[in-house]
Amino acid sequence: MKKEVVERLIEIVGSDNVSTATADKITHSYDATQEQHLPDAVVYVSTTEQVSRIVKLANEVKIPVLPRGAGSGFTGGTLPTRGGIVMVLTRMDKILDIDSENLTAEVEPGVVTAELQRRAEKLGLFYPPDPASKEFSTLGGNVAECAGGPRCVKYGVTKDYILGLEVVTPTGDIIRTGGKTLKNVVGYDLTKLFVGSEGTLGIITKITLKLIPKPAAKKTMLVQFESIDGAAQSVSAIIGAKIIPTTLEFLDAATIGCIRGKSDIPLPENCQAVLIIEVDGDPELLDAQAERILTIIEPFQVLDTRIATTDEESEKIWKVRRIVSPSLRQVNPDKFNEDIVVPRSKVPDMIRALEAISKKYNVPIVNFGHAGDGNIHVNVMVDLREEGMREKVEIVMDEIFRAAVELKGSISGEHGIGTSKAKYMSMELNRETIDYMQRIKAALDPQNILNPGKIFIEDALQPAQS
Amino acid sequence: MNMNKSLQDFEKVIRECVKCGVCQAHCPAYLVGRKEGAVARGKISLAAALLDGEIQLDEQLQKDISMCLMCGSCMNKCPNKVPTHEIVGAIRREITQKQGLSLIGKGVSTLLGSQPLMKTLSKGGALLSPLVLKKVPESSGLRLRFPTPLMKDRTLPQIALKNLFDRVPEYIEGRPSKPVVGFFAGCSISYAYPEIGEQMVRILKSMGFSIYLPRKQNCCGIPALSSGDGALVEQLAENNVKIFSEREVDFIITACASCNGGIGEYYQTMQKDYSEFTGKVVDFSVFLEKQGLFEQLAEMERWKQPTRVTYHDPCHLKTQGITAAPRAFLKALPNVDFVEMDAADSCCGLGGTFSVYHYDESKAIGARKVAGLIESGATQIATACPGCIMQLQDIINHAGLKIKAVHILELLTEALEQ
Repeated sequence: MKKEVVERLIEIVGSDNVSTATADKITHSYDATQEQHLPDAVVYVSTTEQVSRIVKLANEVKIPVLPRGAGSGFTGGTLPTRGGIVMVLTRMDKILDIDSENLTAEVEPGVVTAELQRRAEKLGLFYPPDPASKEFSTLGGNVAECAGGPRCVKYGVTKDYILGLEVVTPTGDIIRTGGKTLKNVVGYDLTKLFVGSEGTLGIITKITLKLIPKPAAKKTMLVQFESIDGAAQSVSAIIGAKIIPTTLEFLDAATIGCIRGKSDIPLPENCQAVLIIEVDGDPELLDAQAERILTIIEPFQVLDTRIATTDEESEKIWKVRRIVSPSLRQVNPDKFNEDIVVPRSKVPDMIRALEAISKKYNVPIVNFGHAGDGNIHVNVMVDLREEGMREKVEIVMDEIFRAAVELKGSISGEHGIGTSKAKYMSMELNRETIDYMQRIKAALDPQNILNPGKIFIEDALQPAQS
Repeated sequence: MNMNKSLQDFEKVIRECVKCGVCQAHCPAYLVGRKEGAVARGKISLAAALLDGEIQLDEQLQKDISMCLMCGSCMNKCPNKVPTHEIVGAIRREITQKQGLSLIGKGVSTLLGSQPLMKTLSKGGALLSPLVLKKVPESSGLRLRFPTPLMKDRTLPQIALKNLFDRVPEYIEGRPSKPVVGFFAGCSISYAYPEIGEQMVRILKSMGFSIYLPRKQNCCGIPALSSGDGALVEQLAENNVKIFSEREVDFIITACASCNGGIGEYYQTMQKDYSEFTGKVVDFSVFLEKQGLFEQLAEMERWKQPTRVTYHDPCHLKTQGITAAPRAFLKALPNVDFVEMDAADSCCGLGGTFSVYHYDESKAIGARKVAGLIESGATQIATACPGCIMQLQDIINHAGLKIKAVHILELLTEALEQ
């Protein structure tokens, strides 16, 4: 990067917050995809004005800008694939306001999701979206990717909780969308446009969130089934009975195989599927609701049920779910983790399709996730040292995505597209739809400064060079 | 000797980092500045780049590698259990080998390597006065971790005129039916808080154990490890293992969490087999619980006005899963009304020699405990590590609170003396 550009960056944020040192480039070159691309410079920002000035400078000198929060994304959203300036927003981490009268919160983008949740819950309020990364991922990142989580079955995903945003546009202007009210129909709904835009349309610098009253109590259950069909039929039956649990998580036989013997709760050999069901609300109604659920699912090959009566027991149940990810590597060293989603009635079909793919290519596929909303975490476990394995994985992925789309599902429920799923977009969206999206990007970011090379495999225009 | 592992020895585990970012939620050094270079994932990526020859031990790398308290919290929560603190130790040793010890590091070596010098300094009283510091410009004897010219407004404990070895005989014969217990006191207890050591000995004695407190025991090695002085760590480890083998002991008790992490955990990772020694190392709270002390305490008449006490988890116990025994100890004490606090397990910020180089960050890490501490309503915060006590008192004083940081054994003394 030219010395003069670095000097101008220093003018904006101070010399302590700009670096072109190799070590800093390395530590800002990756995310949870484990891919690495070195940036030309790393900048830590602390105000909206700084963000705006840097974006204007980047437009002037035609250098890409990559907004970055915790860098915990699974699809390459923060990777500087074409170099450029990695702009880190973790230090914009103030919770500006929690408004108990209007049930809203205003935060800077670097606030860690769980931190807001803890603060809100102290006041009897609740921010439901709970991505697995909530203890470290930032709200800015959650908004940019439209993060989900287990509780979304009942409460919806990030986009359902964003009332308004302050955004620095790709040309450096500062705009405000939406506001503090639930109702607002003035002009286009730009808020929704930015939620899930993966840092390609603007840099989020302030977020107004909707909060809800914190549920008074919750009840956790773990049910073991003889077959995945039993579990899937149970999910349909519960939803069919007009009960929406807070979470409805499932583990398939391959997953259970990975954790058998490691959990406090014994999982016998004939247990082929597990559902973890949680309901929340008024404590007086919870027992009845739990009983009803157990009655509804009784006909479906249930092996064992347990209802937690204390926090410790509930913790034991959730531990079963939490030990899954760390246990997967015993199957094979390399994990390809996708987050397809299908209409929830199609979960059994999707699981069957995955089993068929696993058999056909002789690769272990371990599945678990959010049965309640059809969002399945598919983990293709391989050893890349085996010859031809990388190519094989490509084919397997292709078939998995195709199967999801055929079942009227989607190739990504929570993780976004980034670089890793760009080439599969056309499976789900027709050319005209992708064109429409690219025309928006081109109109708003004529020089392709913000997060170039993401979402779309080809640029609509000439890319910015660093 | 080369008994410490080299960076190369960690190659396999370094490649096991999947860059998920979980460590960000648990790394005290990251949480105060939120800079990727400070977090485990960042350091592992630097370690990998070093192995791949993509980076040298340059200035920014050294800065990032210095931002680690070696507490092990990240490994505790890492899905693949990558031991970043050990990897950081290996890189610091490489830096030391290439560039020599830093000034402070040298001071640590001189003093920690020499027990007579430490004893003399301790006897000298005002160890941290400018006069003494002139004689030992790089460091300050026991408080090697606190060279005052660098840290003007730090609260420091009083220096004991008589150290633990002047107060307690080397061997105390107990009941023949009871085992012999070795006591690894560590620098802080030996020289700054000998009364904690005395209480440890008193309680063991009252329970009938024979006690061996070898005069020639050395520093556990944690400050040396933290400053990258691999040779000194080896020397200290060798000596400690040898000294404790001179008499048959069934247990080696620590009342300092850092020492427990040093002689118990770190020695296990070294390439020489010290398992006979490390297998005997046990934290005092775990030991006393097993010996049934807590039941006895619980039978004592509860005080009418017990002190409201909360607990701070020292990292070196927390990462070994020792969180229940110290709390059970406090709950059993008749003079204590135990209350849990928010962020009980967040690091105090001391971290070996971390607070010497990064006093501002060290204070900021500790300050994360203040809100929870105030909210708990406790008038004392008890812990199981003298290093944490020094740091906690410093944080409390900077926050202008009237709360006292104490060792659990001090509360035991109070209960038994009543």
